[in-house]
Formats: sequence, structure tokens, C-alpha cells
Amino acid sequence: MKKYIDTGAKDTRSGFGAGLAELGETNEAVVALCADLTGSLKMDAFKKAHPDRFYQVGIAEANMMGIAAGLTIGGKIPFTGTFANFSTGRVYDQIRQSIAYSGKNVKICASHAGLTLGEDGATHQILEDLGLMKMLPGMTVINTCDYNQTKAATIAIAEFEGPVYLRFGRPKVPNFTAADQKFEIGKAVMLQEGSDVTIAATGHLVWKALEAAEHLAAMGISAEVLNYHTIKPLDEKALLKSLAKTGALVSAEEHQIAGGLGESLAGVLSRNFPAPQEFVAVNDSFGESGTPDQLLEKYGLSTDKIVEAAQKAVARK
Amino acid sequence: MADIAALEKICSQTRRDIVRMVHAVQSGHPGGSLGCTEYFVSLFHHIMDHNASDFDMDGKNEDLFFLSNGHISPVYYSVLSRAGYFPLEELNTFRKLNTRLQGHPTTHEGLPGVRIASGSLGQGLSVAIGAALSKKQNKDPKTVFSLHGDGELQEGQIWEAALYAPANKVDNLIMTIDANGQQIDGSTDDVLAMGSLAAKFEAFGWTVLHIENGNDVAQVVTGLEEAKAHTGKGKPVCVIMKTAMGAGVDFMEGTHEWHGIAPSDEQLSNALSQLEETMGDY
Repeated sequence: MKKYIDTGAKDTRSGFGAGLAELGETNEAVVALCADLTGSLKMDAFKKAHPDRFYQVGIAEANMMGIAAGLTIGGKIPFTGTFANFSTGRVYDQIRQSIAYSGKNVKICASHAGLTLGEDGATHQILEDLGLMKMLPGMTVINTCDYNQTKAATIAIAEFEGPVYLRFGRPKVPNFTAADQKFEIGKAVMLQEGSDVTIAATGHLVWKALEAAEHLAAMGISAEVLNYHTIKPLDEKALLKSLAKTGALVSAEEHQIAGGLGESLAGVLSRNFPAPQEFVAVNDSFGESGTPDQLLEKYGLSTDKIVEAAQKAVARK
Repeated sequence: MADIAALEKICSQTRRDIVRMVHAVQSGHPGGSLGCTEYFVSLFHHIMDHNASDFDMDGKNEDLFFLSNGHISPVYYSVLSRAGYFPLEELNTFRKLNTRLQGHPTTHEGLPGVRIASGSLGQGLSVAIGAALSKKQNKDPKTVFSLHGDGELQEGQIWEAALYAPANKVDNLIMTIDANGQQIDGSTDDVLAMGSLAAKFEAFGWTVLHIENGNDVAQVVTGLEEAKAHTGKGKPVCVIMKTAMGAGVDFMEGTHEWHGIAPSDEQLSNALSQLEETMGDY
């Protein structure tokens, strides 16, 4: 089995901040907007180096999305920064009309997604954002797994023409992808080859999927692990190639079952290669206050739950 | 100097286009379109420095216009077409399947002249601010114009934007409010009274100017020229322009009844008899 090394706990939002800071130096068209969460989004370095390209819009996310859309006219590449909840549900109509339908080159960068926001509770723990954003025609939807990948994705989306939703999180999590790994939008990454079951994971659950694969190996089950950092466009080929080998799927994500990665993958299977699938995701529920680990445990998003789901999927073959 | 008589002739033809377009598909919004005819004609045929024949989305070194109350698309399409953005015959396709002239304006079908989709109200001021900031980034000295319905100001996003622009000295921006006092369910005072718009925008830090009769071309031209003279002075400019919904067609004028309904054959004939054909119908 391939061994992944956690090179040190880092938050994905800091990967975004580092990527944005680098873009500040390399791409003059990049501008950044923030709705009173500069520190939380780790946008300080960009702001300090390029105050003339940084827009503090205050607690007014709808206005931020509209200004971002307007800034593209004249060739700017705006990156908006706020929590995932305020980046999507709060401003859905603004994104729909002024950004997605208008085809504007805005990068909607969203931190503190999912349960792992922790103690602030359900008002801030959005678990519906991937679904909301993937439903918008023409929207690219990305959910990165660690610091290095978030930094690489931030840099990659600046080069990509079109609206993008980039989702990351608050807590420190293992950093294990290679620092020099190029980020390819829409291409799932094969992390671990296996033959009995495919685990397709996104975001913070990718590391847990790797942990689960180790546990499964000890039980004699060979798990293949795919990192689905891009929810849309979905890498259908990678899934079908893997399923042809394994014949069973576990999807794992920090999101509602409804609207999530698993639902997208299920659609691919039902159209092409019907096979058993188990969902590791939040089942039609809001979150609550607690530590990230407590919440992942309580809402069924732990390593153990991925192992259980894999056993079930294999048994259903 | 503006040739007022020439602009008035364009207005008459624009009004014919509006009622004919709406009549042809028996849908659309004639009331606000007729009320804003003088504004659009003055803007596109006199005030703005713009490139109609070779449309470029970025519009660098051009004045830009954003329509926030997108439902008055008939007047927008007529004026864009007659200013040279796209062929006049295309007005025949308004609201029909596969048209670039969607019910509400959009960039999605690639219609030259349109830089943002609008229709869901309250979003255009933020977009205009963004475009104005982009011009400042690009050291582009031109001006950004936007038009808003007065009823539209009931949307919360407008006030986020109204707060932002003066706080950040977005002084290359002229927003105009079509103050016709009407919205779908009745008068703005009855539906949700907004009190003094001038006092509100002044309190927010805008330079506020007035056009007392927005259906008088000379007044509109003078008012917009005055507004341009106020740009570059550290404050955004808000022009409150009084108009009559349905202006120019006697049975449509001054009532919200014609906000979103189309004239019958007989009503069309009546309307056209009041409007001189000055440039040839499309």
C-alpha cells in the first residue's frame, strides 16, 4: 500500500491565502474582495502587498457578488472571500443572475464549509453549498482536501476562464498531497489503487478515506481511493474505470447526501454501470455546536463510518 | 450642443418600436419603457462616448451603461439597435424562441450592447460600481451609467451598494432613478412608501441632482450633462428623474396598469396614430 505522510497539520484556508498571495505577485488582473472576514479567510498577505487591488466591502455579501461581476468588465479576475454559507445561500440569486447566467469570470472562494467549522453551530455550518452551486449552469465546483491542494487550486482557477466555486475549511487537517502537484480542474486524483471497493472522497474526508483504506487492508479488503476535488465538471471516466475493477462505491463528503458528490456519482453509475453505492454524508440534518472531531463522529463522517460503508458496499455486490 | 429636435425624432420612433414590439408578442413591459425613452435616447445618442459598431465586453475607454430594471428591455433594445449595436430587423425577434432579445436583457445569447443580465431587481448598482472600480484600476477616465426603477429601490442590495459607493469615493458613476412613482401593485407610496429619496441618498453621501421632467429631452440632456460635470469630485452621482409611466401614449400615461401588459390591435393603431414615424419602422 502506498503510504501518505501527513507533513503537518495545516488549514485549507491558509492554502487559499498563500495561493492568493502568490497570484498577487504573478497575475496583475487578480483583485480580491472580502466581506469583513479578511483574517478568517487568510487574505491579509494579499491585502498588505496589494492594497490597491483589495476591496473591503463590509458585511454586504450581495453587493460583493455584484461588484465582483462588474469588476470582470475591464478584464479583472475577482476573488471573493467569505464563509461558505454567505458565499452561496445568502447570495444565490446574485450569483445566479450577475455571475453564472452572465458568464462572468468570478472566483467565489468559500471558507468554513461544513460541520468542521465547529462551535459556531448550524447557522454557519453550511452542508448544502455544493448542491446549490453545482445546479448552476456553467459553474465549476471545487472542494479541496488539504493546504497544498487548496493553494494549487487557487492558482489554477485564476488561469481558468469562467465562474468557479472554491470550497475549503477552517480546522487544521493533515497536509499530505505533494506541494508541487499541479491542480487539474475536473480530473479526479488516484491516491490508492485497489480492487474490491472504490472510495470517492472530497474535501476533509479524503484523508479519512486513506485512513479507512488502511483499516480495510488489514481486514483483507482492497480499497481504491479517488480524490474528487472537482465536483463539477465531474470526472465520469475515472469513476467508471475504477468501478469496472471494483464493482462497489463509497462516496464520502462533508455535505448533505442531497446535492452532494455522492449524488452526482450515483447518477453516473445509474446511467452507465449500476453498482452498489454507500453514502458517507450528512443525512438530511442541520449540524450543531461541538468540536470538529465530535461533529464528524456524531454525524457519521468518521474513518470508522467509511470502513463500515465499504464493508456494506462489498457485501452488496 | 445637442440637437434637441433630432433627439425628439428618435424618441418618437423609439416609442413606435416599443409598442410594436410588445404588441407583436402580446407580452413585455411598455409602461416603464415609454417613460424612460428620453433618458435612453439622450444617453445613447448624445451623452455617452461609446462604440456601437464594434462591441467589446470590456468597454475600455468607453462610457458604459447598465440597466438594473431589466424589464424595460423594449426601450433598451430599440435604442441599442438604432444606435448601431445590432441589425434593426432583429427587433422582430423580441421575446421569441431562439432570440438574442430575451424578455429580460442578458449576455447569455451574445447580444451586443448588453454587459450583464438583469431582471431580478436590485443587482445593477453593485455591478455598475464594480465596472467603475475596474475603470479606476485601468486608469480609464470614462464614466459608468446605471438606470434603476424607483420601486426597485425596495430591494436591500441597492442600499448595500448605496452605502459602498460614497464610502469608497466611486466618483465615476452616475446612477439614475426612474421616479415614476408606480410599481406592479400600485403607486410606490401605496406599496411601500420610501419617503424622500433625495434625503436618503444625500445622507448616504451621494451628490443628488434632479430632472424635474424626464420626458422632456432638453431637460434630460441638461440634467445628464450636469451629472457628468459632477463626476471626478470624490462622490458618486445620483440623478432622480421624474417620469410618467407610459409617457407619449395618452391612454397608457401615468398609470401602473400598463406596467406589463400589451396593447390590442385597436390600441396599437391608436398608439401609433399619436407617434410620428420619423426613421422608418423596423
